[in-house]
Amino acid sequence: MDPNRRDSSSAATAGTSQIGDVPIVADPEAGSAGLVQARHVTVAAPPHTLALEGGQSLGPITVAYETYGELSERRDNAVLVFHALSGDAHVAGRHKPDDKRLGWWDMLVGPGKALDTERYFVICANVLGGCNGTTGPASIDPATGAQFGTSFPIITIADIVDVQALLLDELGIPKLLATIGGSMGGMAALQFAVAYPQRTHGVIAIATAAQQSAQAIAFNEVGRQAIMADPHWRGGYYYGHKLPRRGLSVARMIGHITYLSDVAMREKFGRRLQELHDYSFTFSADFEVESYLHYQGMAFTDRFDANSYLYITRAIDYFDLARGKASLAEALRHTQARFLVMSFSSDGLHPPYQLKQIVSALRATHKHVSYYEVQSDFGHDSFLLERFKMEGVISSFLASSAATFTPRAAAGGSV
Amino acid sequence: MDRFDYRLIVEMVPDGATVLDLGCGDGELLAELVRDKHVRGSGVDVDPAAVEACVGKGLSVFHGDLDEGLADYLDGSIDVVILSFSLQQLRRPRMLVREMARVGRLAIVSFPNFAHWSVRGQLFVQGRMPVSGDLPYQWYETPNIHLCTVNDFRDLCRREGLRIEREAYLNRLDRPARGLRRPNLTARVAVFAVARVGPAPAG
Repeated sequence: MDPNRRDSSSAATAGTSQIGDVPIVADPEAGSAGLVQARHVTVAAPPHTLALEGGQSLGPITVAYETYGELSERRDNAVLVFHALSGDAHVAGRHKPDDKRLGWWDMLVGPGKALDTERYFVICANVLGGCNGTTGPASIDPATGAQFGTSFPIITIADIVDVQALLLDELGIPKLLATIGGSMGGMAALQFAVAYPQRTHGVIAIATAAQQSAQAIAFNEVGRQAIMADPHWRGGYYYGHKLPRRGLSVARMIGHITYLSDVAMREKFGRRLQELHDYSFTFSADFEVESYLHYQGMAFTDRFDANSYLYITRAIDYFDLARGKASLAEALRHTQARFLVMSFSSDGLHPPYQLKQIVSALRATHKHVSYYEVQSDFGHDSFLLERFKMEGVISSFLASSAATFTPRAAAGGSV
Repeated sequence: MDRFDYRLIVEMVPDGATVLDLGCGDGELLAELVRDKHVRGSGVDVDPAAVEACVGKGLSVFHGDLDEGLADYLDGSIDVVILSFSLQQLRRPRMLVREMARVGRLAIVSFPNFAHWSVRGQLFVQGRMPVSGDLPYQWYETPNIHLCTVNDFRDLCRREGLRIEREAYLNRLDRPARGLRRPNLTARVAVFAVARVGPAPAG
């Protein structure tokens, strides 16, 4: 759910063991995707617009994306990565040589890694509604010349996926080798397989669900309420004014609780006090866990737009692959991809049973599907941390997908 | 193929069948069935490395525990359900055999025969728990918690109302021995193909 936590948590809490999983400490350049640049493309440009699931239309839409590796001549090695709630297009490598922050899934994307950029052409785009280069509520509304704010239309995961399909048109990729994502990214990967059955050969859905659960909606709603209760939110029209940092940071703190597990928090913080020998007998952040959440919350407000948080969490909550269908199996019936579904034993936000539901539905219609459950204590965040427990099965799946992939003859254009 | 019982199992699987291999390991048998018998197959295994190996072979595999059963599968939804050399490691082998016969039109089970003369010999002569190529573990570390004999398995089939469609054995030299006399004494490994004939017994 939170790609960027890895670096900042190392600043906040020294010695977290999972940091060692990422080879940035031992050798900064080993397996690095190197320097990358975000690129921008405009889709749904006049005279076209994108018809949104909610009934409104939107356009033109700017899409920020990054690519890694080379697209093969046969255009048969493209892998589309969908990021999670707070992620962005910067999935691996660095923007500048002295960047401390690596891409959010650097542990899996790079030469020789699970998404081997010497074999595959990896694409990642910032989602619609985001705040890292793709059109969202902080963008200028061409109709008014002012920032959208809450006049931005409500968007869904299906809309997010439609925009990325338009990006693939621009890139001249008729069919992906695979699409992959964790958390919200996994929802998007599943949605892609349903909406564009002929455009991907493989789907890797990780730590996700076919429909957002009541508990997960509840956490998101508390986060949204925190943002909207901040007086600086001003109904969403705060651009050019003081930002609703307080509300956004509380939303982020709630999010973080759901990304960890009881075990992870006990091991990481326990009841340890932050630079204190005894309680302060005040309401200040005595406990390490409090200080961690405060730090994470405030750091988040430097890089994320509060309105984007509202729109994207809304899109996640609305996600239900079976909506309007008799069953989930029915919704997946027309997919043509081979699937790899991965869960983490300690994931409280998307527990293994939610992933198994997807597998059952796919099996009911005799789809090619494999299920893999990683034993991990890191909770939902595992998908951003457990490099060595994930990379084997992911690279095996991609390799066996490549061995059975024939890109469609009808190259170019939308399908 | 490394495992000798695989040959006997492959022979029992009809061409083009749908197959579910329980405890599929690294997918060797499934891959063989896909290649030679053109089956549409999937596997189940509890070991992460085994699951990864299956995924690498392009097989459809489920990472899970056989003791959780086959609740996901509809009656008669699969042509052949296979359990090779895992029966003795289950907590509830009777339940799983019943489930296999519910889900599969044919259930194939292979297991080490605990009444083979070499096993009897170790118990009888040395008075020790048998250790052999098929049963390589010491008693204190063995995953084999439900060992049985050829006669025991036949008895289970009778109690469960399962008809034995085919049976095959391996002798001590890993030669298939179809017409083996007194298999309960002479078969090292047994392979049974069974099917439900009547309604499942209660309980």
